[in-house]
Amino acid sequence: MNSARRWLDTNPWIWSLCGAIAVWGLTIASVGGRGAGATLSTALGFATFYVVVGIGQMLVISAGPGNIDLSIPSVMTLAGYLAMGVMQAQDARLALGCAVALGVGLAAGVANLVLIRGLKIPPMIATLAAGFIMQSMTIAYSRGSTAKPAPLLLAASLARVGSVPVIALIFLAVAALVALGLARSVFGRSVLAIGQNPRAAYLAGIRIGRTMALVYILSALLAALAGLLLAAYSGGASLNMSEDFLLMSIAVVVLGGTSIAGGQASVAGVWTASLLLYLIVTMLNVFGVGAGLRYILTGLIIIGVLAVAKGRPTA
Amino acid sequence: MPDDGTIEPLIRLRGIGKRFGAVRALDAVDLDIAPGERLGIVGHNGAGKSTLMQVLAGTLTADAGSIAIAGAVPRGYDVRRAHALGIGCVFQELSLCPNLRVFETVRILHHGLRGFGWPRRARRLIGAALDAIFPGHAIGTDATIGALPIGQRQMVEIARIFTETDRALRLVILDEPTSSLGARAAEQLLDFIRQAAARGIACLFVSHRLQEVLSHTDRVVVMRDGQVVADAPAAGLTRARLVAHMGMTGGETARGEMAQAASARPLRVDLALPGGALRAHAGEVIGLAGLDGHGQRDALLRIFAGQHGRAAYVSGDRPREGVFPLWSVARNLTVGLLGRLAHAGFLRPAEERALADAWRSRIGIRTPDVAQPILSLSGGNQQKVLIARAVAGTADILLLDDPMRGVDVGTKRDLFAAVRAEAAEGRCVLLYTTETAELEHCDRTYVFYRGAITAEIARETLSEERVLRASFADAG
Repeated sequence: MNSARRWLDTNPWIWSLCGAIAVWGLTIASVGGRGAGATLSTALGFATFYVVVGIGQMLVISAGPGNIDLSIPSVMTLAGYLAMGVMQAQDARLALGCAVALGVGLAAGVANLVLIRGLKIPPMIATLAAGFIMQSMTIAYSRGSTAKPAPLLLAASLARVGSVPVIALIFLAVAALVALGLARSVFGRSVLAIGQNPRAAYLAGIRIGRTMALVYILSALLAALAGLLLAAYSGGASLNMSEDFLLMSIAVVVLGGTSIAGGQASVAGVWTASLLLYLIVTMLNVFGVGAGLRYILTGLIIIGVLAVAKGRPTA
Repeated sequence: MPDDGTIEPLIRLRGIGKRFGAVRALDAVDLDIAPGERLGIVGHNGAGKSTLMQVLAGTLTADAGSIAIAGAVPRGYDVRRAHALGIGCVFQELSLCPNLRVFETVRILHHGLRGFGWPRRARRLIGAALDAIFPGHAIGTDATIGALPIGQRQMVEIARIFTETDRALRLVILDEPTSSLGARAAEQLLDFIRQAAARGIACLFVSHRLQEVLSHTDRVVVMRDGQVVADAPAAGLTRARLVAHMGMTGGETARGEMAQAASARPLRVDLALPGGALRAHAGEVIGLAGLDGHGQRDALLRIFAGQHGRAAYVSGDRPREGVFPLWSVARNLTVGLLGRLAHAGFLRPAEERALADAWRSRIGIRTPDVAQPILSLSGGNQQKVLIARAVAGTADILLLDDPMRGVDVGTKRDLFAAVRAEAAEGRCVLLYTTETAELEHCDRTYVFYRGAITAEIARETLSEERVLRASFADAG
C-alpha cells in the first residue's frame, strides 16, 4: 500500500494515461468498436505537436516558481511563416527554411533571456511581451507572402510507419532522451535543483545563468520546431495555427504531473496528457457536442484529472 | 518541582510511537510536564527529540499512544487544537514566511486579530513581546522577515509565540532556540523563560548545549533511538552524566592539536574589509566570530562569489540555503560535485550511489539507504549530508556558515575532525560561528563588529572574554 502510494507519487503520468485510455475506450464504444486504431493513430500525430512545445514548457516550469514561457505560440507562428516563406514550396530551399525556423527559435530564446535575466522582468510579462512583438512581426510579414511547405517536408510530416506517424516516433525518442537527461545529466540536475531551491543551488555551485539560458533557448527552439512541423503538416502556415498552444503547452505539463512549484518534471506525463487532451476533443466531437459545451467539458475533465492526481495529503 | 503526584500534569504522553518508513523515530515514549515546569530534552541527532516536539505541537500525528492535556484527551489533536489549548512551538527550522513583515506574522498565529486597526494591535503585541524578551533588540515591527539576519528572525519567531490574545499560554516548546541566537540574546531568552515559568507557563527546551540545559531547566529528559533513557531533576545532573546517558563519550577539546605553520603556505583568501584584511592560507582553519549579523556572512558570500568553482559553501540555514527537499540523500550529496562526476555531461548512477554510500559510512549519516528522501533525516543528519557535499568536492576553500546549527555534541566532534583533516590535506577552511567553543578548532579567529574586523586572535590566546570584548568593539 505504502509503496504503491509512493510509486504513484513518483509516476504521476499514470493518471493522465488512465484518463486517455478511458476516453479512447468511451469514444470507440460509442461508435460500436470501429476505428480504434485509426483514432489512436490520428491522436498520436496531433498529440506530437503538443508534446514538442510541452517539453520546452516543462523545462521552463521545472526551473521553479515564476518561470513560464508564454511566447510559445508566437514563436511557432513566426517560425512557421518565415520558414514557409523562405522555402517557397521548393525542396531545394528546404534546408534554408529549416535553418530560418531554428534561427527564429534561437533569436526568440535569446530575446526572452535578455528581458528576464538582463532587465529582470518577471518571465510571465517578459515572454508575453516578446510574444506580442513576434505576433505583430508575423502579421506584417504574412501580407502577400506564400506560406506553403516544401513537398519533401509536407511528405515527411505526414509519413507513417505502419499506422504510426513518423513524427510521433521521432518525438517519442526525443522525450525518452529528455527524460534521461533530466535524471542523469548535469544540465537536468541543475534545472531540477534550481527549481527546488535556487539559493541552495547557487551555494552548491550550480551554474544558474548558464542553465536558465539553456532552458529558455530550448523552449523557444522546440516551439520553432513545432511551428515548422505544424505549418508543414497543415499544408501551410496560417495566422491562427497556434492559437490553442498557449493553454495547451501549460495544460499538458501540469496534467502530466510536472510540479507547478518547480523541481519535479514528468516527461512521460507530457506525452500522456497530450494524448488525453487530443482524445477528449475527439470524443466530444464524436458525441456531437457543440463547441461551447466542448470547452466546458474539456475544462471539467482537466480539473477532474488534477483533483485525482493531486488529491494526496500534504504532510 | 511538583513531581509528587498531587498536581495534575499539564501534559501527559503515554506510549507515543511514530515511524517514517523504515525509520522508527519514536518508540513508546511516556512524558509528563507539570504547569510552570522547565523541562530540558537532550539527545544525539536522530534520537527523536524534534519528532516528539512535533507530535506535542500537533504538526505530526503519532502512530500510537495518547496525549492528555490538563487531564483531558483532545479529539483530533492538531496544530489548531494545540494552539487553542495554549501550546506554542518554535521549530528548529525557521518557519516564518520571508515575504511578510514582522507584525504580519502575528496575524497568522492569532486569527482574532481582525477588523479595522489590526496592524496597530499586532505591532503592539509583537513589539511588547520583543521588548520583554530581548531588551534592546533593535528589530522594527515593519521590517520584512526575509531581510532580517537569521538571529533576528529567530528572535521574532520566539517573541511571536509569547504573544497572547484570546487564550492563555500554558506550554512553550523551544526546539534549539539558542543555536541561531547570539550569546546575549540567548541569555536574555533563558532569563525570560525563568520569569515565564514563575507565571505558570511550562517550557520544553531542546538543546545541544548541555550546560545551558543544566543551568536553565528544572528537569532533564535524555532521549536515545526514539526512547526516553533518563529522566531526572537538573540539579543532580552533570554534563558528563548527560553525555554518558546520550551514549557518547565525554570530552571534546580541540586544544593541543598540532598548530600549523601556515604563513608559508599559499594565500587562498585575501578579502579587504574595514578594520583590516581577512587572510587565509592553504591548510588553515580560520574562525569568523562576533555577534550574529555583523558582516561575517557577507564576507563568506563575497569570497564565494569571487572564487567561482574553487570554494564550497555550507550553510546552517538548511531549508533556505542547503536542502533540495524533493531529492534523496544521495542526490542532495552529489549535487555539489556534478562537474566532477560527469562523463560528457552525464552522471553514472552506480558511481553516484557508491560515492553517497562511501560518505554515509565515512561521516555516519543515519539512514538505512541513501535513496531515502533527505527530509526523512533529522536536522543534524541533513547537515552531515550538506557537509559531505562540500567536502567531497575539490574546492580549495570551504566556507562554513554556522554549519553546526542543531548538531549534537558527538556529531559536531566528528564533523570538526573531518574539517581539520581536510585542512591538513591543504584545504583552507573559513568557519563562521556564534559559539566560542567552536572557535577552539580554528588556528586564527577574526572578530567582526558592524561589518568591520575588530580583532584577530590566535588560538593560543583565544578566550571567551577576548571574543566578547571585540564583539562589542565600540560599545565599551
